[in-house]
Amino acid sequence: MSDRAEQKVEASAAPTVPPSRAWSKARLTGYALMGVWAAAVVGLVLFMAESFNPDFIERYGEKFVSGFVVTVELVTISLVVGCLLSLPVAAMRMSRSAILNGISYAYVYFFRGTPLLAQTFLVYYGAGTFQPFLKDAGVWWFFRDAWYCAIFAFSLNTAAYQAEILRGSIQNVSRGQWEAAAALGLHKAVIFWKVILPQAMIVALRPYGNEIILMIKGSAIASIITIYDLMGETRRAYSRSYDFQAYIWAAVMYLVLVEALRQTWDVIEARLTRHLKRS
Amino acid sequence: MDEILILISFGPDGWGDEIAQGVLITVLLAVATLPFGLLLGFVLALAKKSEEPSLRAAANIYTTIFRGLPELLTLFLVYYGGQILLQQALGALFGDVRIEVNSFVAGMIALAFVFSSYASEAFLSAFRGIAQGQYEGAYALGISRFKTMRLVILPQLIRLSLPALGNLWLILLKETSLVSVIGLSDIVRQSGIAARVTKEPFLFFGVACLIYLVLAMFSSVGLNRIEAWTKRGEVRR
Repeated sequence: MSDRAEQKVEASAAPTVPPSRAWSKARLTGYALMGVWAAAVVGLVLFMAESFNPDFIERYGEKFVSGFVVTVELVTISLVVGCLLSLPVAAMRMSRSAILNGISYAYVYFFRGTPLLAQTFLVYYGAGTFQPFLKDAGVWWFFRDAWYCAIFAFSLNTAAYQAEILRGSIQNVSRGQWEAAAALGLHKAVIFWKVILPQAMIVALRPYGNEIILMIKGSAIASIITIYDLMGETRRAYSRSYDFQAYIWAAVMYLVLVEALRQTWDVIEARLTRHLKRS
Repeated sequence: MDEILILISFGPDGWGDEIAQGVLITVLLAVATLPFGLLLGFVLALAKKSEEPSLRAAANIYTTIFRGLPELLTLFLVYYGGQILLQQALGALFGDVRIEVNSFVAGMIALAFVFSSYASEAFLSAFRGIAQGQYEGAYALGISRFKTMRLVILPQLIRLSLPALGNLWLILLKETSLVSVIGLSDIVRQSGIAARVTKEPFLFFGVACLIYLVLAMFSSVGLNRIEAWTKRGEVRR
């Protein structure tokens, strides 16, 4: 009797699969691929060790650091200017006026639909077409300088993206929030700043982080219009020394920059959304 | 006004035909990159959702690298790095040889790397949108694993990942412009030449931008069609 009961228990219990440590196909592939990565790392290190010369580091090391600083400056300035520009654009996108809406839509569509490279060329080289006019207006010094042109083009570009992020996140907050706050007798401005915006910003956090990363990667384009950012210094170092380690150093620096930003952003997001976490 | 029309017209005085060739190159490059990027992205997504930690790690390293590097740098790494690698590999086999890497192929490889790392994320989140019951149902019907993937999962996967993939296609179309830097005669390079020769940079780079916009519009129309097609089985509500 007890024997049968035991059997029954055994039969009804879920079949527990022992953790498989066998060499499955997936496991083999995974190890093989990790092997490929490891070989790549070893190969790179060997290449770097072989082509290591203190001369290269001495000659270009400082330039790489200054290029890095230029990249960070370029990205920071463009993002801040773009953020300011995106406010009116997003406001226009959300307005009821068909004209304002149309203008801002065209702006956003143009800058999101064309390559950043073409936009940068349009500003930097295209400004030459209007040289007499720009000189009369007294802003030629601005468009003559590649640095200002890059900032101008990048700011306009990121403003379009940021405006869409802002608009999307604000419209993502449900109407009920507006109505509930209005029912409490709050002023419209107060509702926007104290109720809507904080919720919208949490939604916008991730896209904003992605936009910063996109901007860092996009800023490499500035090197094409003679700006010596990290990419520009790399290209100059390579064209003078024909030493491929220039590009590898640049890759490492960009990866560290982007990864550091990503990690920081994760920490910030975890911190800001801790009240939403269900434990 | 007439001068502008002549400049962008087709024919010996105009640059229309040169720029049209550039458009062809741009579209060809994007279209040629797409299948490789999609296939690689799909395989990466499979690796990322596998239970084997080493496989996941290998795929994640790939995405971290190619999503973190600027596209321009990836392009240079492939173009110059590929040249050096090939030269050394073939040099060891056949003695000293000079090799020029084709800029179209280099662009294709670099763009496929970038595209696939983003596409893998799109596929991965689409995989998460497919209920476990779908696999179990197919298993209960005795359908083989490969056929389950092909007949049950893939159709749903395409529908779920299409919006994200559509965005990636538009990004890919824009990123092809970077290949002009390593000398491929795409839209940007051709209009750049036209701008330098005619001294009308604003006109020609403006035209280039407009062409990209038109390509994006055509793509959007096409993507909407495909999206409607993938939803043909859904009940209209």
